[in-house]
Amino acid sequence: MPDGFHEEEVLGKAYDGRLMRRLLSYLRPYRRTVFFALIAIFFYGILQAVPPYLLKIEVDRYLDPTHRSPIPHFLGRLLSPKPAVGIAELAFGFFLPTVLLTFILQFAQTLAMQMVGQRVMYDLRKQIFSHLQRLEMSYFDRNPVGRMVTRVTADVDVLNDLFASGVVAIFGDFFTLLSILAVMLSLSWKLALLTFTVLPLIALVTGAFRKAVRESYRRIRIAIARINAYLQEHITGMSVVQLFNHEEKSFEEFERINRSHMEAFKDSIMAYGLFYPAVEFLGVLAIAIIIYYGGGMAMLGTLTVGTAIAFIQYSQRFFRPIQDLSDKYNILQSAMASSERIFKLLDTPTGIHDPVQPRPLASPQGRVEFRQVSFAYRDPHRVIENVSFTIEPGETVAVVGHTGAGKTTLTSLLLRFYDIQEGRILFDGEDISQLRLRDLRRNFAVVLQDPFLFSGTIASNIRLGTETITDAQVGEAARRVNLLDFIESLPEGFEERVRERGATLSVGQKQLIAFARALAHDPRVLILDEATSSVDSETESQIREGLRGLLENRTALIIAHRLSTIQSASKIIVMHKGHLREMGTHQELLARRGIYYKLYQLQYKDQERASVSVVAPALQADPEPQSASS
Amino acid sequence: MLKRLRPLFPYLTRYKKRYVVGLAALVITQLVGVTIPLIVKDAIDILSENGTRERLLFYAGLLLAVALTKGIFQYAMRWILIGISRDVEYDLRNDLVRHLMRLEPRYYTENRTGDLMSKMTNDLSAVRNMVGPGIMYSANTLVMGVATVALMVHIDPRLTLLCLLPLPIASLAVKFFGQKIHAQFEKVQALHSELVERARESLAGVRVVRAFCQEDAEIASFDRMNQSYVDSNRQLIWIQSFLWPALALLFAISFLLIMVAGGRDVLRGEISVGSFTAFNIYLMYLIWPIIALGWVTNIVQRGLASLGRLWTIFRAEPQIDDHAARPEILPTLRGEIEFRHLNFSYNGKLILKDINLHIPAGRTVAIVGATGSGKSTFVSLIPRLYDAPPGAILIDGVSIRQIPLATLRRHIGFVSQEPFLFSETVKNNIRFGAPEAGEAEVVRAAEISNIVAEIQSFPKGFDTMVGERGLTLSGGQKQRVTISRAVLRDPRILILDDALSSVDTDTEERILNQLTGILAGRTAILISHRISTIRNADEIVVLDQGTIVEQGSHEELLALGGYYAELYNKQLIEEALEKEA
Repeated sequence: MPDGFHEEEVLGKAYDGRLMRRLLSYLRPYRRTVFFALIAIFFYGILQAVPPYLLKIEVDRYLDPTHRSPIPHFLGRLLSPKPAVGIAELAFGFFLPTVLLTFILQFAQTLAMQMVGQRVMYDLRKQIFSHLQRLEMSYFDRNPVGRMVTRVTADVDVLNDLFASGVVAIFGDFFTLLSILAVMLSLSWKLALLTFTVLPLIALVTGAFRKAVRESYRRIRIAIARINAYLQEHITGMSVVQLFNHEEKSFEEFERINRSHMEAFKDSIMAYGLFYPAVEFLGVLAIAIIIYYGGGMAMLGTLTVGTAIAFIQYSQRFFRPIQDLSDKYNILQSAMASSERIFKLLDTPTGIHDPVQPRPLASPQGRVEFRQVSFAYRDPHRVIENVSFTIEPGETVAVVGHTGAGKTTLTSLLLRFYDIQEGRILFDGEDISQLRLRDLRRNFAVVLQDPFLFSGTIASNIRLGTETITDAQVGEAARRVNLLDFIESLPEGFEERVRERGATLSVGQKQLIAFARALAHDPRVLILDEATSSVDSETESQIREGLRGLLENRTALIIAHRLSTIQSASKIIVMHKGHLREMGTHQELLARRGIYYKLYQLQYKDQERASVSVVAPALQADPEPQSASS
Repeated sequence: MLKRLRPLFPYLTRYKKRYVVGLAALVITQLVGVTIPLIVKDAIDILSENGTRERLLFYAGLLLAVALTKGIFQYAMRWILIGISRDVEYDLRNDLVRHLMRLEPRYYTENRTGDLMSKMTNDLSAVRNMVGPGIMYSANTLVMGVATVALMVHIDPRLTLLCLLPLPIASLAVKFFGQKIHAQFEKVQALHSELVERARESLAGVRVVRAFCQEDAEIASFDRMNQSYVDSNRQLIWIQSFLWPALALLFAISFLLIMVAGGRDVLRGEISVGSFTAFNIYLMYLIWPIIALGWVTNIVQRGLASLGRLWTIFRAEPQIDDHAARPEILPTLRGEIEFRHLNFSYNGKLILKDINLHIPAGRTVAIVGATGSGKSTFVSLIPRLYDAPPGAILIDGVSIRQIPLATLRRHIGFVSQEPFLFSETVKNNIRFGAPEAGEAEVVRAAEISNIVAEIQSFPKGFDTMVGERGLTLSGGQKQRVTISRAVLRDPRILILDDALSSVDTDTEERILNQLTGILAGRTAILISHRISTIRNADEIVVLDQGTIVEQGSHEELLALGGYYAELYNKQLIEEALEKEA
C-alpha cells in the first residue's frame, strides 16, 4: 500500500513566509481584537508567576518560625505585621485579585481569538465559495465536486486552529515561561540556574514524544483512512465478495488493516505511557534539586524557606508552556498545507467573464443564430464542427441526434458555458461574447435532462433565488405545467420540503417542477433537454401535459426525445457526430429517408403506439397530438 | 447500567487477567505517588529544625526513588488498561466485519452505507473510550481520591474539608458543561454537514445555477448558512472559553483557602510549614482526578448510547444461509438449472410470475426484455443473492437451498450489470474468485475478455492499481475485467448480466468468439440488448413484466414477429446509423 494514501495526507514544511503573510492578512480586519488579545495574554503570562511568589511571602513573613525574614520592598510596607491580618491581606488583597484577573484575561483572550478565528473562517469560506461561483464551467469538468467542497470546508477548518489557538497563544506560552524564569532568577539566581537544568530535559522528552506520537498518528490516520476505504468499498461491493466466496480472504485483508490500526495506536499508548511518567519524574527531579540545594542554602541562611517552596511551585509550571509550544509545530504544518491548496484555488483565473465594454440589450427579441460554429472541449477533438442555424422569435426548434452527436453541447455554447473556437453565436444580432453574462443568460431558462432539485421547498425550487418572482407567479407557473393539483395535495403545499435532490418525488414530478421553474422565470427563449430515461406511462402523460403548458407561445430550443415535441416543432435540426446533417420539418425529413428517418425508426416510432394507448382518454379532450402525427 | 453493558462482557472477560494486573499497577502507582508530598513535608520541616545536608540528600534520593517506582507502575497501568481498550476495539471491529460479510444484499439496500460506516467508526470509538480511559480514570480517581484525602485528613481534617469544599463544584461543572459542549458540538457538526451539503449541492448543480443567473443568490444562501454555522460555533466557544479558566479559578480558590486557613493553623502550631506545603501539593495532585470525575460520567453515557447503536448490526441475522443445506447430496455441480413455478416478490411487489424454464447442463440461454422486466432479479436468484421460494430453483435436480452457499457460488461465474472492481491491482481483481490462480491463467482470462493488450499498456501492467487509488478504467474496461474475473473461476454456470453493454461491437464480437470456446460444456445465461450477443444462444427467452412472453431460437423468434423481431430490426438501423460519416 503506498504511503501517500491521501492527497490531503501530504504535509510539507511548517513555515512558509509567503503563505504566512497572506494568511495573516486575513487578520487585518480584526487587528484591534488581535491586539487586545495580545495585550491580555501578555498580562496573563506575567500573572502566572504571581501566586507562588505570594506563597513565598506568606511563608517567609509569617509562617516560618525560624527566619521570619523582612520583606525588602513595597509589599513589606503594605502588609500588616500581625500574621493573621497580614495573611488575610495577602490572600484577599493580592492572591484573590490575581486569580480573578487571570480568569478574566484568560477568558477574554480565548474568547476573542476564537471569535476572530470564526470570523476569518467565515471570510475565507465566503471568498472561496464566491470564487467557485465565478469559475468557468470547464473548471468544474476538470475537478470533482468533492475536492471543491473540501476546499470550502475541511481545508478552512484546519486553519481555524492556526487563528484560534496558534497565532496568539504562542506568545502566551512564551510570556508565561519568560516571566516564571525571570522571577526565579531574581529570587535566587543560583538555585534558579540549578533548577533550569531540567528545562533541556523537558524539551528533550517532549520533543522525542512529539516525534513518536506524530509518527504513530500519521500511521493511525493512514490506517483509519484504509479502514474507511475498505468498509466503503466492501459494503458497496458486498455481493461481489459473497458471489466469489471471498469472505475469508477479504476478512483476512481487513484483519491486517485493523491490526495495523491497533498497533499504531498501541505505539501511541506506549509513547504516552512513557511520556507522562517521564514528565512527572522530571517534575519530582526539579523538586529533589530544590530540596537538596535549596534546602542546603536555607540551612546556610542564603535562602528562605518560602523561596524554596515557591521554587517547588514554579518548577511545576514549566511543563505546560513547553508542551504547548511543541504542539504549535503541528498546527503550523497542517495550516501551511491547507492554505497552499486554498490559495491555489483562489488564484485560478475565472476564465469566462463579462466583456470590458458590454453591448447593451435593450428589448430582447430572442433571435438566436449559430454561424459556422466549431468547438472542442479539448483540442483537437471537435465535438461541434461548422454548425449554422437560426431560431426566429416564436419558433420551436427541435434538435435530434444519436447519443454523442453534440446536442447538449449546443445549448451549453448558447449559454456561453464555454467559449467557441471558431464562428460566432449571435443573440438578437449581438455576438454573445460581447454581452454581459447576466444579460445573456437571463433571456434563457433551462430544463436539464436530469432535473436538478435543491434542498428547500417546492416553492424555493421553482423560484430559486429570484426574489422578484411573486407567490402568485409561482402558483401560475405550477398551474400551467399541470403541477398544481399535486402540490395542493401535499400537506404543506408549496412549502413542502424537498429533500436530498428530491428523493421523495417521482421522476415526473421533478421534471414538472423543473418546467415550472423555467416558466416562472419567464424567459425569452426556453432551452429544454428532454429526459431520455424510460418513464412509466403515468409519468409520460404527466410530462406530456406539462410540456404543452410550458411551450405555449414561446421561443424554444429543445433537445427532443419525444415524438410529440418533434412533430410540433417549427424546425428540426439533425445532429450527427458533431455536424449538422439535416434540417427541416418532420415530414420533409422523413421524406428524405436520411439520418432522421433512421432515428425515427429507432427512437420515436414506438412512441406513436405508446402515446395512443397511454393518452387515449386524454386524446378525446384534446386532439392535438393525433392531428400532428402522420 | 450493567444490563446495558452486558453485550460487552464476553469482550471484556477475555482480558480479565490483564485488567487485574493493570488495576493492581494503578493501585500501586497511586499509593506510591501519594507519599511524594509527605516526603516534601518532612524535608521542609527539617529546614526549620536544624536538619543536616545528609538528611536532605536522603529525602531528595527518596523522592527520586519513589518517583521512579511510581513511573514504572504508571507506565504499566496505562499500557495495560488503555491497551486493552484497543484490543477490545480490534476484536469488536473484526467481529462486526465478519458479521457484515454474512448479511445479504437486502440488508445493504435497507441500511445506508454512511450509517453503517458511522457505527463502525464513531460509535465504536465511543465504546472504546468507555472501556479504556473510562475505566482507567474512574479507578484512578477513586484510588487516588481516597488515598489523598485520607492522608490530608490525617494531617489536618478541618483544613481538608475546607479546601475540598469548592472541588465537587468542579466535577459537576465538568459534567454539566461537558454535556452542554457535547450537545452544542453535535449541533455545530450538524450545521457543518449542512454547510458541506449546501456547497456540494450548489457546485453539483452549477449548470442550473449559471443558467438561471443564480450565482449571487447561491452566494447569499451559502452566506446565511456560513453565518449560522459561525453563530452556533460561537455558543460553543462561549462555553469552552469559560470552562477552563473557571475551573482554574475554582482550584485557585481552594489554594486561597489553604493560604488563609492553613496559614492560621501553622500560626496556631497545629501543623508545620512542611504540612502546609504538602497540602498545596496534594491539591495540585487532585486537580486532574476531580476533572476526570465529571469527564468520565459523560464518556460512559456516550459509550452506552453508542453501544446500543452498534449492537443493531449484530442483531441483524443473516436471512440467506445454510440452515437447509445438505452438503452430502451434491458434492459438485454439473450445471443443469430448473425453474419451477418461480414467483418472486420484493417489498411486496411481484417481480417474477410463474416462471418455468429448464436449462440442461452445457446449454446457453439468452434473456432479453425491457428495463424493469425482471431480468436482473431473475439471474440474481441463482447464486442466492436473493432467496427464491424453497423448491422453485433446482440445480442438478436439487433445490438450491440444500446446496451449501459456498459450493453453489463456487460453481457460478457471475458478471453483474454494474461492473464493480476493488481498489487493488488488475491481477488481484481478476483472480478475486480464484486466489490460487497463477500468472498464466490470469493472462489467459484477460485474453478471453480481450483486454490483455490494454492491461499491458498500463504503467505497471497487471500490477497496476485500479479504482480510487489508481487508474480509472473506462466502463468497457471494467466490464471486461469483471468478465475475466468470472471466467477465471472456471465455473460450471456463467451468468452475464448485460455485461458487454459498454463494450463496442467489434470487441464484443471478439469476446463472444473467445467465450464460445470456453462455454463448451458449461451452462450460460446471458442478458443483453444486443442481438449479436444473443443470436447464437441455444434458446432465447423474452421477459416482460416478470413473465416469459417469447421463447425459442433466433429464427423461431424472428418468425414470431414479436418483441425480439423488433429488437432485431432496430439493431439493423442502429448499425446503419453508426456507419454514417
